[in-house]
Amino acid sequence: MSDGTTPPKIETKDLNFFYGPARALKNVSIACAGNRVTAIIGPSGCGKSTFIRTLNRMNDVIPGIRMEGTIRLDGKNIHDPDVDVVELRRRVGMVFQKPNPFPKSIFDNIAYGLRINGMRERRKLEDVVEKSLRGSALWDEVKDRLDKNAFALSGGQQQRLCIARALAVEPEVVLFDEPCSAIDPIATAKIEDLIQTLKKSYTVVIVTHNMQQAARVSDFTAFMMLGELIEFDATEKVFTNPSSKLTEDYITGRFG
Amino acid sequence: MKQATQKKIAQFLGFFMLRACLYVVLAVLLLFLYDIGRKGGGAISWEFLTQAPRKGMTQGGIFPAIFGTFLVTLITAILAVPLGMCAAIYLNEYARQGRLTRLIRLSIRNLSGVPSIVYGLFGVILFVNIMRFGTSVLSAGLTLGLMTLPWTITASEEALKTVPNSYREGALALGATKWQSIRTNVLPYAVPGMLTGTVLGLARAAGETAPILFTGAAFFLPYLPKSLGDQFMALPYHLYIMATQHHQIEQVRPLAYGTALVLIVLVLGMNMTAIVIRFRLRRKR
Repeated sequence: MSDGTTPPKIETKDLNFFYGPARALKNVSIACAGNRVTAIIGPSGCGKSTFIRTLNRMNDVIPGIRMEGTIRLDGKNIHDPDVDVVELRRRVGMVFQKPNPFPKSIFDNIAYGLRINGMRERRKLEDVVEKSLRGSALWDEVKDRLDKNAFALSGGQQQRLCIARALAVEPEVVLFDEPCSAIDPIATAKIEDLIQTLKKSYTVVIVTHNMQQAARVSDFTAFMMLGELIEFDATEKVFTNPSSKLTEDYITGRFG
Repeated sequence: MKQATQKKIAQFLGFFMLRACLYVVLAVLLLFLYDIGRKGGGAISWEFLTQAPRKGMTQGGIFPAIFGTFLVTLITAILAVPLGMCAAIYLNEYARQGRLTRLIRLSIRNLSGVPSIVYGLFGVILFVNIMRFGTSVLSAGLTLGLMTLPWTITASEEALKTVPNSYREGALALGATKWQSIRTNVLPYAVPGMLTGTVLGLARAAGETAPILFTGAAFFLPYLPKSLGDQFMALPYHLYIMATQHHQIEQVRPLAYGTALVLIVLVLGMNMTAIVIRFRLRRKR
């Protein structure tokens, strides 16, 4: 949703998505405003993860999928033949549901995205690693052990490491696919704080099954059910005065 | 109370049977190794390992056979290792998964079960006759390579499958190309397993007789092979001759046991190498 003054950063129009014969998304149109947090909520299997994975074309790697409709990033259709999917994924970063650090040192994890793009200068890499770790509020906890294996970190730290790794390539949009579902409440609080600060520099889209989380961190909320977009509005409006009966039932805990 | 006792007895019997099975297998294996070690140990000497057979193979050593086995295994490795690993990478990472890949996989598994004599005959037709390499160390090595390929491919693919998909997706999401994600975030973690499986396959090839029987192994040669077109002596074939084909079987028996011991130690050594490689690379991570 855009506030009308600026064009949306990333926008889908009549998005339909099929896994073989199964239709996972039905005419989903969502416009995510720049430097805002947009949350997607809904019961399990409603298509919210499928939706967010279309935004950086991560679904491309799954065999047997089909997509209809358009997705625009800064007005440019991301499926245009002249769009390089590798460059798209650098601009639209992603943090996955389960923390997925690589079995490398903390430093090498963060530097990974830069190295694959040809950055070799040690000085520059060190700068970016520090900046990214500060950006994900992990620097103070790991600055003395950057050469240690990332697997030695706790689950919450691993997830912030993954966030830092995504930030290191300077994306414009950061997608979060249920980033807190595998970590404890204290670590969750840290990541929610982090998402709040991230929107100063990035456009954030977050999928969550935790409604309180959506209410706390987002500016706009989309409610999806069975592949359909039921309601999309300012978060405050969705949680205090939803226009759809389905949304109201869901957020008051009558189902889901 | 009564039921609790019954459960305990059942558990005891269950574990006892499993343990007994393991001990039986171990006992047979140890007895076998002990027998060969006892009867063959006496034959082992510096001369035995470094000299050629003399006086109708009743004296002297087995150096040409050791050398031949090394050489033929090297050719096998040159063919089977890169080809097998690359085929596995393509099959597991790039190929569109579907009916065709399933069929290919099934065929490869079936090929690894084909008796080695069939590979031997196939090698005669393809390498010796059609490609005109003659009965030579090259033909034999290529035949063994063909036989080892299904093992290498299967073992390499299994190793690739143990790398979590989240490593691939994580790299792609950071703007890596597919090749970059495979090269920097999949292969480093799969290579130890790939090498282990490959070396085990090579060890099996080194001990095979049937595939080299008609393709290049010689009964007796007074000289070492000078080129890839020459015939060669090999440990397993040499052993086969000493054990069944020699006209003075009783007299050469100690030498046959000695040859068997050398062959077993060689294969064991290759398997140990595989374990060491895996251990080293695992720790380096």
